[in-house]
Amino acid sequence: MLYREAGQFKASYNEDQQIFPIRQDRIAIAAIIAFFYLVVPFVASQYWLQAILIPVLIFSLAAIGLNILTGYAGQLSLGSAAFMAVGAFGAYNFMLRVPGMPILAAFVLGGLCAALVGIAFGLPSLRIKGFYLAVATLAAQFFIVWALTKFSWFSNNSSSGVITAQQVDIFGYAFTSPEAKYLLTLAVVTVLALAAKNMVRSSIGRSWMAIRDMDVAAEVIGFRPLQTKLSAFAISSFYCGVAGALYAYTYLGTVEPEGFNLDLSFRILFMIIIGGVGSILGSFLGAAFIVLLPILLNISMHVLGGWVPQGLASNLELIVFGGLIIFFLIVEPHGLARLWQIGKEKLRLWPFPH
Amino acid sequence: MQFFFEVLIGGLLSGVMYALVALGFVLIYKASGVFNFAQGAMVFFAALTFVGVMELGVPFGFALIVTFVAMVLLGVATEKVVLRPLVNQPQITLFMATIGLTFFIEGLAQGAWGASVRGLEIPGIQDEPIAWAMDNWGIGISKFDLFAAIVSALLVSSLAVFFNKTRIGRALRAVADDHQAALSIGIPLQNIWRIVWAVSGFVALVAGLMWGARNGVQFALTFVALKALPVLIIGGFESVAGAIVGGLIIGAAEKLGEVYIGPMVGGGIEGWFPYVMALLFLLVRPEGLFGERHIDRV
Repeated sequence: MLYREAGQFKASYNEDQQIFPIRQDRIAIAAIIAFFYLVVPFVASQYWLQAILIPVLIFSLAAIGLNILTGYAGQLSLGSAAFMAVGAFGAYNFMLRVPGMPILAAFVLGGLCAALVGIAFGLPSLRIKGFYLAVATLAAQFFIVWALTKFSWFSNNSSSGVITAQQVDIFGYAFTSPEAKYLLTLAVVTVLALAAKNMVRSSIGRSWMAIRDMDVAAEVIGFRPLQTKLSAFAISSFYCGVAGALYAYTYLGTVEPEGFNLDLSFRILFMIIIGGVGSILGSFLGAAFIVLLPILLNISMHVLGGWVPQGLASNLELIVFGGLIIFFLIVEPHGLARLWQIGKEKLRLWPFPH
Repeated sequence: MQFFFEVLIGGLLSGVMYALVALGFVLIYKASGVFNFAQGAMVFFAALTFVGVMELGVPFGFALIVTFVAMVLLGVATEKVVLRPLVNQPQITLFMATIGLTFFIEGLAQGAWGASVRGLEIPGIQDEPIAWAMDNWGIGISKFDLFAAIVSALLVSSLAVFFNKTRIGRALRAVADDHQAALSIGIPLQNIWRIVWAVSGFVALVAGLMWGARNGVQFALTFVALKALPVLIIGGFESVAGAIVGGLIIGAAEKLGEVYIGPMVGGGIEGWFPYVMALLFLLVRPEGLFGERHIDRV
């Protein structure tokens, strides 16, 4: 009853081209955003903000980045964590070496560094596809982590490449409390997520999807594979880079290159598989799922008490992750986002489904 | 010069071990078009199961059989639970499913046998230089490496015979060529897949024994298995010979690179050198040395 499009006429081009063309969607999105800005900081405990909400937001951003590359442009990447590392270390170095650098500009510049590196490692994608490309991105993963550890210039000569993020200061206000950090993260993620949502339905997003669906055909009808693929790599890496900078500045505070290992890349890949490949909403759902799952498993272990042997707990996490991936790929290849869509369809027809 | 040869031979011999892992990838890719990312996890699983069974006080040969049976069961279960429901899905989906499988198998192996590092001894073979080669040529060649090389050579030649001379082998090649054509002349696709997964389980077992005896049975084995990926890129995904040649190239290049290029940039380049080499190689020859050239059609 509530979710009806009937009677919503699009009388102008502007109305036709809105990000959310259905009125209920707009209201819901506005309500959700208002909830996360105005209500959550006051009700959530420090633990929730610091250990759950901030990482979920950051990983959502990284997942959006990977989703642009893998979900929309169809180029599989196993190196997203490395691009996060470039963003984090880039932002750190800009803050360190340029006096009076505004922090948000450092985030953007860190993201741009990641974009440049992404373009460099995306160049082979013009000639190679599929698994071959996946292996090529592994080269990025291992090389970048090695370079950040080996060349101590990146980490200002600290031992084993550990960096400690500077204090976040915007116009003299220090973002030290979890609430402030949360709001900062939320603001960056909201802006970039809306931009991504807009981008994937613009001409650039459509060209990505054309390349994904059949690259030869796309080339024949006039999409340039060079520009299309490289723009996907650049923008995807930019998102990952900004996520990496946030990871260092608002989440952990102290990061080392080894923290951005292959495991993290896989985790981000799992987020988009479970959340939904080729969906911005899915990136959020997937990130929340992957961050919450280990916590839920832990809690259920506690509830079961001594019944589960100690060593099994961490392995059970691996088993559950792996099993879930296979389960989702078999049962719902489009992930949680698709479930949400099905629910919406049902609501639309309810109560007369025929 | 002598030092150069020593490094080169050491590299080639360790390349043989990479080739062993790469072989498992090639087998499955050829027969089912699935890029089985879980091959490394299967190597780990095999080595861990073998050591675990040995610890129960079982003799070497029997432990080998038990592990082999476990690998066959794992392969058959994979075919049934993971691959069959995903028939006709895009290759990338299958690839991601095998990444999930990797996590699953790693968790399963460690959950069943514990995560501690164990040693693995192959009776009669020690990791020590061969005295004869040392005396005559002045080059240190490890007995163990040579043994591994001989085992791989045996494995490859028996696989070659199996593929070319037996009925099942012919069916395997037919399936690899064209699923539908193979089905239409009455080759049971599912059986063939099961056999392939069992065979690659066996290859994983051999590779697991070799790597386990060399580096100890530990989680890091799965990273060694990742090194098989650049091997595949250089050799080509579809070629058994390519896996061997690629393995040798990567092994030799990795060791030579570490010794001669490494000091210039501060060392430790072994971790990424094969990947970057494969990346550069791809720019010149995207289908690998022995891979099939694909023509894109709309």
